[in-house]
Amino acid sequence: MGHILQQFSQQAVNGLSLGSIYALIALGYTMVYGIVKLINFAHGDVMMVGAYLGWIATTQLHWSFLPALFFAMVVSAILGMLIERIAYKPLRNASRIAALITAIGVSLFLEYGGMLLVTAQVQTYPPVFPETVYNVAGIMFKYGDVVMLVTSVVLMFLLHFTVQYTKVGKSMRAVSFDKDAALLMGVNVNNTISATFAIGSALAGAAGVLMGVYFNTIDPLMGIIPGLKAFVAAVLGGIGIIPGAMVGGLVLGLTEAFVSGLGASTWRDAVAFLILILVLIIKPTGLFGKNVREKV
Amino acid sequence: MIVSKWLNRKNVFGLLAAILFYAVIQGSILTDILPPFYKLNLILICIYIILATSLNLINGITGQFSIGHAGFMAIGAYLSAIITAKLHGPLALGLLVGALVAAAVGFLVGLPTLRLKGDYLAIATLGVGEVVRIVFLNTEYVGGAAGFTLSSKINWSWSFWLMVLSVVIMHNLINSTHGRACISVRENEIAAEAMGINTTKYKVLAFTFGAFFAGLAGGIYANYMYIIQPMTFSFLKSFDILVMVVLGGLGSLTGSIFGAIFMTVISALLASFPEWRMVITALLLVVMMVFRPTGLMGTKEFSLNFLRKKGERNAA
Repeated sequence: MGHILQQFSQQAVNGLSLGSIYALIALGYTMVYGIVKLINFAHGDVMMVGAYLGWIATTQLHWSFLPALFFAMVVSAILGMLIERIAYKPLRNASRIAALITAIGVSLFLEYGGMLLVTAQVQTYPPVFPETVYNVAGIMFKYGDVVMLVTSVVLMFLLHFTVQYTKVGKSMRAVSFDKDAALLMGVNVNNTISATFAIGSALAGAAGVLMGVYFNTIDPLMGIIPGLKAFVAAVLGGIGIIPGAMVGGLVLGLTEAFVSGLGASTWRDAVAFLILILVLIIKPTGLFGKNVREKV
Repeated sequence: MIVSKWLNRKNVFGLLAAILFYAVIQGSILTDILPPFYKLNLILICIYIILATSLNLINGITGQFSIGHAGFMAIGAYLSAIITAKLHGPLALGLLVGALVAAAVGFLVGLPTLRLKGDYLAIATLGVGEVVRIVFLNTEYVGGAAGFTLSSKINWSWSFWLMVLSVVIMHNLINSTHGRACISVRENEIAAEAMGINTTKYKVLAFTFGAFFAGLAGGIYANYMYIIQPMTFSFLKSFDILVMVVLGGLGSLTGSIFGAIFMTVISALLASFPEWRMVITALLLVVMMVFRPTGLMGTKEFSLNFLRKKGERNAA
């Protein structure tokens, strides 16, 4: 019995650290969806770019973890804003499907453009953290796991603070509530949308660096599956709702860890998508969502 | 009476053109004039025409948004391959069973998911496609990740005439009562419902038909390609098909045919630079959406109507 409990807690630790990465990516999805009603398919690929930036910073420039993380976040934020200005802004009043197809196009462009730049070869992340393992009552905490959890929690708090208590956050909430009314009230809608993309992409860039540290290897297509899973997390929590994305990410990470723990790791991805389909069928608004009536 | 209705100049001319095209290609295959690379791409074009037109039935004609088409293709491919290679059944039976099972899965999946709209439906279908692929990936009977090999039974005749048959069926479906109902769902779902159209029924109908033909195309693919692997049917394949449909115009069958031919030729030309192929595909998608979101043809069709006599044209 004690053994099972220990196994259970161990998988919970693994799930939480993986889930915190999903949560970071899911936050970007949810913020962008909340404000422009667009599923930013390229979000997972921004994460990939972040992972490469972190890799360049640590291996070529020999920076330590924190400067590398910061560098990845800043450049990803700029990339996110550029994507929005070039690809999404011209389509703001087009049909949602047109915007979705564009997002798919941007995603493919980042993946294969990245492949042209850095080749399809898998790169190895350097050991950024010491190999220390803390043993608390039989449960193994890797140093990396702890840093990852702490980083994600700090970033989520920063985000929460930004959204709730700053002027940018206030205008973001206003625009997501009613774009036209916000415009009439003197909110600069374009800048607010840019800021949203920047913040979301910065979080994705951070998640990319953490992902590289966690899995040790990175490649140009690494963003696809985590991106889709983070989207599942965002839908699970209720898309457009920031706390929902955090909870959704953690729930998804835990579920995956337990599925792997039961010895069915090849089915991990299928489980994530099954959760998605079930959520969409049973409660499409997600755990934290409210039903909105359709008016004719 | 019925015969004379179909025997107009347009249909006869279309049929003759198809027979002529088929005979020229078949002749050059039999006399070994046509290099194998060209034959491969001609058959791929047939497969992609079926895939693109069937996806257009869902995305363009009925106005839903599915990006899990590769999943149905995978079902058709694996089922037909099991029948022809493992159970040594006839090819026609394999293709039919593959398509029917894909249609059945499409029906079962479509029933609950088609209640979702727009982006949510897109993501749900993407999830379904991936789940299908992972199921095959984890099934030892069909070789898991390595896939399994089978003999190539499909030739040019099979793929060409199946393609023509599929396109004719879809064309007639679109121009029938049911097709009109599907278009009304696309144009305005609420208004269609108010007019007494059972929108769920027509959405599921289009989805099932689309899945059927995707399964058929998968069967042709599997029985031509010697080997099938789960990776072939990842959602990148769904995106490829989507690009063809979007390029040609959502809602135009001839547009999809053009898109399928164009994209297959492009990938054949760029066969040795796969990354460039994808980058060009991606740019094409973005530029297309920004400057001409309706696709090249919009919802218009290229037709041979100008060949009809005046009286016939008015009647149609």
